[in-house]
Amino acid sequence: MTTNYAVEMPRGAVNLQAQQRRLRQALGGALRYLAIAVVLFIFLAPFAWMLLSSFKTQVDITNTRNIFNFTPTLENYENVFAQYEFLRYLLNSFAVAALSTLFSLILGLPAAYAIARFRLQWLGVILLTARIVPGITFLIPWFIIFSRLGLIGTLTPLILSHMLVGLPFIAWIMIAFYEELPIELEEAAKIDGATPIGAFLRVALPLSMPGVITAGIVAFIFSWNNFMFSLVLADDRTRTLPIAIFNFLTYASVDWGGLMAAAVVITLPVLIITLFVQRYIVRGLTAGATKG
Amino acid sequence: MNFLNRHIRSTFVLPSIIFVIAMMIVPLLYTSYLSLHVWSGSARRPPEFVGLSNYERLLTRDPRFGDAVVRTFIFTGVAVGAELALGLGIALLINGKFLGHNLVKTLILLPMVATPVAIGMAWLLLYEPNIGALNALLRALSLPPQDFLGSSSTALLWLAVVDIWQWTPLMALILLAGLSALPEEPYEAARVDGASAWQRFTQLTLPLLFPTIIAATLLRSIDALKTFDIIYTMTRGGPGFATETINTYGYIQAFEYFQLGQASSLLIVFFTLILGVSLFFIRFRRHWGAAL
Repeated sequence: MTTNYAVEMPRGAVNLQAQQRRLRQALGGALRYLAIAVVLFIFLAPFAWMLLSSFKTQVDITNTRNIFNFTPTLENYENVFAQYEFLRYLLNSFAVAALSTLFSLILGLPAAYAIARFRLQWLGVILLTARIVPGITFLIPWFIIFSRLGLIGTLTPLILSHMLVGLPFIAWIMIAFYEELPIELEEAAKIDGATPIGAFLRVALPLSMPGVITAGIVAFIFSWNNFMFSLVLADDRTRTLPIAIFNFLTYASVDWGGLMAAAVVITLPVLIITLFVQRYIVRGLTAGATKG
Repeated sequence: MNFLNRHIRSTFVLPSIIFVIAMMIVPLLYTSYLSLHVWSGSARRPPEFVGLSNYERLLTRDPRFGDAVVRTFIFTGVAVGAELALGLGIALLINGKFLGHNLVKTLILLPMVATPVAIGMAWLLLYEPNIGALNALLRALSLPPQDFLGSSSTALLWLAVVDIWQWTPLMALILLAGLSALPEEPYEAARVDGASAWQRFTQLTLPLLFPTIIAATLLRSIDALKTFDIIYTMTRGGPGFATETINTYGYIQAFEYFQLGQASSLLIVFFTLILGVSLFFIRFRRHWGAAL
């Protein structure tokens, strides 16, 4: 293309103008890529630094002159898992996130479906309020009630409290989803003899799977990342990873390598999930804001 | 099963309603009740009724609360303002097709899905005055090193920087979704009329995007007002009270001082504040969003 151009456009002036324009476009494109690279660097550098530091000894971390000149070590990871019962906290985090998401879906999907189909706006508003209210408002009563019931020290308070984040979020996404789902399919199923519950389970639910996956993944991440509820409602044995890492800081504030190793262990699962299902996550996190 | 099918609405929404009542409404009422009492949580000494004196003390004789309110709004204003400006810039930068478009969208997701506590730890290391990467960078550029979180005059702003780093991508992705939904005709007309790129931006893009901007700002403002994880893990409100916000003050009062009545009155005020801000935005959007 480029070489033929001069032949097709014999007049020098036009040729020069076109060349200038092309040069300007190429320059603009290059600048754009440069700007994008800068943006990516800013958002990714803290992760890179965290990862890099987790493989360094304390001495190497202290040396800021030669940041890439070090012998990688797994010592920090070994320490974290050996000294702090990290495996237990990892399992706690996973159990709480999985179960709270599962129960939120079981409660939230039928509710969202009913809100969309029977126009129960008032319930939608209540669930939206749960999304807006500061979670700390509930923490004192929860702590007192769960203590009285003898449930502190079990995963139950953690699962229930994380559900108050997951359930409204799931309902919020799924109401919009079911409102857009054509009702004709369910009506056809009912004519064929399906009960209302059957129509939901066999028609609406399978059709809404992309939405369910979106909502479920984001609810799982919210629970996995939750700090404040677990800080109050967990004890030594039911601690989740964010609390374990926080205590790690308080007791060993100088062990930066171990701290970064712990941070990598908790962040990595979320980042991997995100890389695989990014399409769903964008939709989940931006839902509600892009609709009029 | 027949009974459930005949009462399909109740079957679908009752479990969620019971959950919301038990986990949200009852705790909210209990917090309101406690806000009229003095109580340390002791089982032997029941709450003592004191009327509105907790509120009176909070609003007129507790300068720590007033300062926390001001800081909460400064933090939110700085963070959300910067996120909006930067997010809009990034959205415009990555709007439209280019090689690696999806990869860029995926990678900028990572800050907002990563666990806040882990992010706090990573930024603590970046901010570390002696061995931190940021001061190493400043020294390499022959600029004076900073105290970052150690200085009470700037610590709040450096915390806001972490929030900006984490949440600018969400702003960018919401605005990007808004941009890609804009109609093409006005732009073609403007190009025919010879409008410059800047004119197209200020006179077409901004007004057309306005409802999305308001929605995204609302979403971020509510969460920024409630920010807890980053602040509590990185500074615990310090140095002194220099980074204490409403949320961290409430937490400390409840779970470190065990002044449950006083903390409850603070949480009720906080709750009302958040609700007020949300309603303001929603009305503002209805009023102005519809006109544009």
